[in-house]
Amino acid sequence: MNIIVCAKQVIDVSEMKVDPNTKKPILQGVPQKISDIDKNAMEEAIKIKEKHGGKITVVTVGPSDAKERIKELLAMGADEGILVSHPEKYDYHVISSLLAEAIKKIGEYDIVLCGEASIDMFSGQVGPRVAALLNIPQITYAQSVTAEKDKVTAERNMGDKAVTTESTYPVLITVTKESNEPRLPSLMQILGAANKPINDWTADSLTSGLNPMVDTVELKGISMERKNVIYQNDLDESVSKLVDSLTKEGVLR
Amino acid sequence: MVIVYSDDKKLTFELLSKGSELAKGLGKKLTAVIIGKADDNLAKEYISFGADNVFIAETSIDSFKAEEYTDILGNIVKETSAETILIGSNKNGKELASRLAGKINAGCVIDSTNVYLKDKKLTAERVVYSGNAIAVEQFNSKPCIVTVPSKVFDPLKKDGGRKGEIVKKKIEVEKSASKILKVQDMKTGDVNVEDAEIIVSCGRGFKNKDDIKLVDELAKVLKGKTVGCSRPIAADLKWLSEDHWIGLSGHKVKPKLYIAAGISGQIQHIAGMRDSGIIVAINKDSEALIFKSADYGIVGDLYEVLPKLTNAVKEKMG
Ligand SMILES: Cc1cc2nc3c(=O)[nH]c(=O)nc-3n(C[C@H](O)[C@H](O)[C@H](O)COP(=O)(O)OP(=O)(O)OC[C@H]3O[C@@H](n4cnc5c(N)ncnc54)[C@H](O)[C@@H]3O)c2cc1C
Repeated sequence: MNIIVCAKQVIDVSEMKVDPNTKKPILQGVPQKISDIDKNAMEEAIKIKEKHGGKITVVTVGPSDAKERIKELLAMGADEGILVSHPEKYDYHVISSLLAEAIKKIGEYDIVLCGEASIDMFSGQVGPRVAALLNIPQITYAQSVTAEKDKVTAERNMGDKAVTTESTYPVLITVTKESNEPRLPSLMQILGAANKPINDWTADSLTSGLNPMVDTVELKGISMERKNVIYQNDLDESVSKLVDSLTKEGVLR
Repeated sequence: MVIVYSDDKKLTFELLSKGSELAKGLGKKLTAVIIGKADDNLAKEYISFGADNVFIAETSIDSFKAEEYTDILGNIVKETSAETILIGSNKNGKELASRLAGKINAGCVIDSTNVYLKDKKLTAERVVYSGNAIAVEQFNSKPCIVTVPSKVFDPLKKDGGRKGEIVKKKIEVEKSASKILKVQDMKTGDVNVEDAEIIVSCGRGFKNKDDIKLVDELAKVLKGKTVGCSRPIAADLKWLSEDHWIGLSGHKVKPKLYIAAGISGQIQHIAGMRDSGIIVAINKDSEALIFKSADYGIVGDLYEVLPKLTNAVKEKMG
């Protein structure tokens, strides 16, 4: 089974600070990581490989420091990494087209796995876009995946419905954070990852003339100003003060 | 042409309201799309809520599959030369919009909280970085696809006198290689956190499933009756169904009063409740992040605070 995992390097949003004056997020100097749910996609790929054998290739469109992140996925169990250089201007159309072209260049694949969304933007566009560009079926929001020799079945969380979908190969599957618990690589695996190949592909070598169709023209801060009145001495007094405050706010009726 | 589509009727009404404003601004007509069986009553309702036309794509497909719906909607976009496409942001709508964007090579913005024309260009805002910022996204090409979650826009007032054309067309598309084997309803009851005015939520600070009755009781005396929870309670422990789950990957809520007990206040939880009116936190750790996002807080053991608070509210409300 040939499996391709699409993984994105993102900033760790929980480490992100907001500028107290402009209320805009500070994007510089925030630690980077592989988007959490892409690790679930990686874990799912490893499970499928454990059952059926084959090869796992990780594809990332990102800056050169994303190589360090790809190494984490190689340590988890991927066989090979591909880093496609990040164009200066991009949107979902650009990134998805590059991923699809990279996947076509890899050539042989049965399953493409993605996270349901990346934790920084949380759009969930990339999976279905890539599936459309490759003209293959998509199985989104998979909570559990059962891969057999010639077909795959997934239980999907569609909000108020649980849907079971089956497909032949090739297929693109996006998994949820609940689908599995991504493994932590052992020290041996981390050391071993150093010998696994990471190929650099330039965006231009895959396709040219890609331009974003959507521009992010502004990033506005959100002010989260709250009253922050905290009661912490005598419990009975705290409770009665809270009830008084809520009454004054007009929310107790 | 501006077209709107959702498999959720209420959400379609909301899209029609924004759609008609955009259509006016662009000097275009507004078409509502129905995919499935021809339903004239529904079509008429869409017209009374603002559609100029209704396009019914009649198909024999009985359950939603993104591949097939994308092909159908792609056909309609071509046929109507639609340039602006608004789609309801439930999970079906999001995967449909994204696949359609890939198929017809269009820009797409998911989960928009505001859509407008700026310098004649379609512009959509969305929350990014787990609620830390709003990105203003502007389309520089056509067609433009935008998905909008429920309750972002208010529907127009129903006008039964409005007239509009209903077009029906049979559209057959290539069958997908995927198959739907089973569809199961996940709604466990009448819990609807998104509509709730008062929500009392629980998190990992609760030691046992049974203890959730403490939030139940407070919710009851608050006449809110609605219980919410953090991700671990629904996803890992499964003490409550996913209907209760609030946050980035759960439900987004905006009640008048949100009480979080035993919830640490990680950004992914805040992302789901930050638009609440008044936020109250109960946590035994005075350093807990949740206090930064709260209007009022009590530092204390929830096992002591909740029963006392329930009693005090009961007394107050008589
Ligand atoms: C991609 C992604 C998506 C996510 N989506 C969501 C989401 O949609 N919703 C969500 O909620 N989370 C989400 N999370 C998880 C989130 O990061 C946190 O892990 C989660 O919200 C923590 O839940 P909690 O506050 O209940 O538990 P904890 O973080 O364990 O907090 C428990 C709190 O209870 C307090 N406590 C313990 N005992 C008591 C007591 N006796 N009395 C009073 N207080 C007590 C503790 O001080 C602590 O603050 C997501 C994470 C990721 C990576």
